[in-house]
Amino acid sequence: MSWPILSLITFLPLVGAVFCLVVNGPKEAVDRNCRSVALVTSVVTFLISLLLWVRFDVTKAGFQFEEKVDWVPALGIGYHVGIDGISLFFILLSTLLTPICILASWESVHVRVKEYMVAFLVLETFMVGMFCALDLALFYVFFEGVLIPMFLIIGVWGGPRRVYAAFKFFLYTLLGSVLMLLAIIAIYWQLGTTDLVVAMEQLHLPFAWQCYLWLAFFASFAVKVPMWPVHTWLPDAHVEAPTAGSVILAGVLLKMGGYGFLRLSIPLLPEATQYFAPLIFGLSVVAVIYTSLVALVQEDMKKLIAYSSIAHMGLVTIGAFVLNVQGVQGSVFQMLSHGIVSAALFLCVGVVYDRMHTREIAAYGGLVHRMPRYAFTFLVFTLASVGLPGLSGFVGEFLVLLGTFKVNTWVAALAATGLILGAAYALWLYRKIVFGQLTKDSLKGIVDMNRREIVVFLPLLLLTLWMGVYPNSFLDPMAASVDKLVGDYQAAIKLARTAALSP
Amino acid sequence: MAIGLENWTLARPEIFLAAVTCLLLVYGVVRGETSAAFVSVATTLALLVTTVLLFVPYHEGTAFASLFIVDRLTATMKVLVLIGAAVTILMSRAYFEQAGAWRFEYPVLVALATLGMMLMISANDLMSLYVGLELQSLALYVVAAFQRDSVRSTEAGLKYFVLGSVASGMLLFGASLVYGFCGGTAYVEISRALLDGRGGEFGVVVGLVFVVAGLAFKVSAVPFHMWTPDVYEGAPTPVTALFAVAPKIAAMSLLVSVLMGPFKPLFEQWQQIIIAASVLSMALGAFAALRQQNIKRLMAYSSIGNVGYILLGLASGSAKGIESVVFYLAIYLVMSLGVFAVILMMKRRGVMVESIADMAGLARNQPAMAFAMLLFMFSLAGIPPLAGFWGKLYIFIAAVEAKLYVPAVLGVLASVVASYYYLRIVKVMYFDEAAEAFDRPAFGVNRAVALASALVVALFSLAPQPLSVVASVAAKGLFQ
Repeated sequence: MSWPILSLITFLPLVGAVFCLVVNGPKEAVDRNCRSVALVTSVVTFLISLLLWVRFDVTKAGFQFEEKVDWVPALGIGYHVGIDGISLFFILLSTLLTPICILASWESVHVRVKEYMVAFLVLETFMVGMFCALDLALFYVFFEGVLIPMFLIIGVWGGPRRVYAAFKFFLYTLLGSVLMLLAIIAIYWQLGTTDLVVAMEQLHLPFAWQCYLWLAFFASFAVKVPMWPVHTWLPDAHVEAPTAGSVILAGVLLKMGGYGFLRLSIPLLPEATQYFAPLIFGLSVVAVIYTSLVALVQEDMKKLIAYSSIAHMGLVTIGAFVLNVQGVQGSVFQMLSHGIVSAALFLCVGVVYDRMHTREIAAYGGLVHRMPRYAFTFLVFTLASVGLPGLSGFVGEFLVLLGTFKVNTWVAALAATGLILGAAYALWLYRKIVFGQLTKDSLKGIVDMNRREIVVFLPLLLLTLWMGVYPNSFLDPMAASVDKLVGDYQAAIKLARTAALSP
Repeated sequence: MAIGLENWTLARPEIFLAAVTCLLLVYGVVRGETSAAFVSVATTLALLVTTVLLFVPYHEGTAFASLFIVDRLTATMKVLVLIGAAVTILMSRAYFEQAGAWRFEYPVLVALATLGMMLMISANDLMSLYVGLELQSLALYVVAAFQRDSVRSTEAGLKYFVLGSVASGMLLFGASLVYGFCGGTAYVEISRALLDGRGGEFGVVVGLVFVVAGLAFKVSAVPFHMWTPDVYEGAPTPVTALFAVAPKIAAMSLLVSVLMGPFKPLFEQWQQIIIAASVLSMALGAFAALRQQNIKRLMAYSSIGNVGYILLGLASGSAKGIESVVFYLAIYLVMSLGVFAVILMMKRRGVMVESIADMAGLARNQPAMAFAMLLFMFSLAGIPPLAGFWGKLYIFIAAVEAKLYVPAVLGVLASVVASYYYLRIVKVMYFDEAAEAFDRPAFGVNRAVALASALVVALFSLAPQPLSVVASVAAKGLFQ
């Protein structure tokens, strides 16, 4: 690697943000320029990030594109970034969704456009940085830095109860993260460095300590995923956030939790992971079934999709903690698929919300008569969310259930019932909104998607198909890394067992 | 008996400052009211020259029969105090001019207080400690009541004076007990006596408790914090800014040098006290600030909370702990100066306003000012990548290394509670409907200070290393 590609895609959005900040002049010109700057920056970032995929060596299990610079040597903190097969696609997901969000907000956001674009670009920097980070302190900085722009996005551009939602989001996530900070400090205290790669190789903690640290990490990631019973911030945040905020929230921020489990909890604390896996299964199964049932009775479209996100993320956490290759691959794949599908579903809500300014399911019906293109798009993503074979949702769910079945039949069976409920609420939602007779006067003049909206949906649509039809493009690059993750975990468990048996 | 004048050059910065202050006082008296502008500028310059004198040339050692000590820790702390004092003098002008209280006594009094702080920091004997502390306190009592036609200001000054005197009395009582049981007031004598086995004696421990209580008052640690909100709210805003930084830093430095110096042998005894004060301060600072409506009062509780974190660093009792104290104080200085610079710019139709509700919609009317305040608030809440996060990180590293797990967990939880009220300010500025706009702040010191602080807070993550090196060099001064 001759040039620091990861740092480039991490900090390029910040450059765009600074540009936006210095733009000055009459309001219309500022708004127009900021939109363009933000779009260009994020598209360029996305294009550069594609290079990662092109130049990614699928045979390597370890980290690639590594960069390492001393940052705070006094505290053993370094600026260490790099990616493996697991983080690669999360970065691509973040860099893809950001321009889509900016494009989706082109017309719907018209107050304080400059600040809005700055917030999104800063958010992109933090998201990408977090997925690249190979230093615990750096990881924490990005992980928690996300809160600042997201707090503002929900609070400034959100709906009527935005203040409540923004505070709830911030305080919930912060409460989880600060405990993780202590866990990171404890690891630093053991090793004298916060470097993740060193920690993966050298960290050997007594079992009790592993448990404390695992719980501290769990507090942070479980809130972020979110797992039942700490999920209650998510429906509020989703409902009140502007469309693009929901898209990023569902598309990327939730994945930070799942990614955190895979990157930190499992490799650093294998014995505790094994010990607590039943807890994860229990909570996830409750999440899958309970939140699906809750989703069935929602009257607000966004809230329904929010609850469906919790259910889908329940599958993700099950897959991550069955710790066989299928399960983990399924978990990562499910996160990617959910990142695209739920993002697209929120965008679908945004399309009608921009026209009617309501998200009440009861306010709609029979849209297919006036909006055929919209009906088609919404249908594809609804079916992808349900898990129809041939679309992205199926692959992840199938792999997770396959992996789970090998480990625990009951968990697999219960998780599978969640899928049936998922089909029920998703199809119910679709029927209520799109099918039926168009009887409501207010809907008589509604117009179909315009060219900009099609451009927004097209890449997501193609990706959903691609992931469903030929998942190997995505599974192959992550295979080596997942094998290593699972292999290391098994080896650590075996080592611990022999150590316990030997006199 | 030797007078011990041989090393007097170690005190050159203090002597210089004292001489210049006296000259300026005479000048002010001769020239009358009109001299305020000149005296304030001259005082600021004198403070800067004093800062330079600390290092050119730099010598370590003790002087005046071991009453006075200079090492790397004292030098660093003095720099922080001098910066705080110099900047707050500059920030005061517009405020006092408008209040009709722009008199030359103000900079002179601040300079005298600063001199007292420098003596406190360099104290190496309970006697010189007390003299420095009183010089500082007396000057500050007057400064708090400086706006003498304002009831609130005089009330603040009186309250500060009465409670401060009680604290000084406690300190003196404790010092006399320690003297009685250890047979000396010099730090080395106390330390020697304690190591010789006097440490187990009840009287010494009681004396220690009284000394710590007196000092806890000065840093406004719980349960000796009661004066803080009233004084912060009542005192003229630039004076509040001064109180938030310089005396806090000086008193904290004093606490560090007393506890880590002569009373180091009693570590286990004072550690419990400091931990209790630390946890209580963090909790009170977080919970009591939740309902405040006045920004100055809120900053008072915020400072109590911050003191709690600093005390946690001190409670670790390790070199890392002292490093974290220095590190945190430096960042706290920058953040506080920035916040108060913004508060001093909160003016509507020429009148200073200080209620939080007045900041509604600031992001629309004064985007730059609101953005600076947003940075300070998130930084105070300890959210990365802003400067405040690194301060907290350092403190918690020190605490975990010293196995203070429970206080560390309580500390991070308190920081979550505290983040609520910092967020509330952001909410008022960014989410609420715009209130009537503030006056456009004039180009001036306050804008420059706010801008500079905001830049430091925002960009600190680029290079935290230099400050951590300074902190570790300073802490080594105590561990030679």
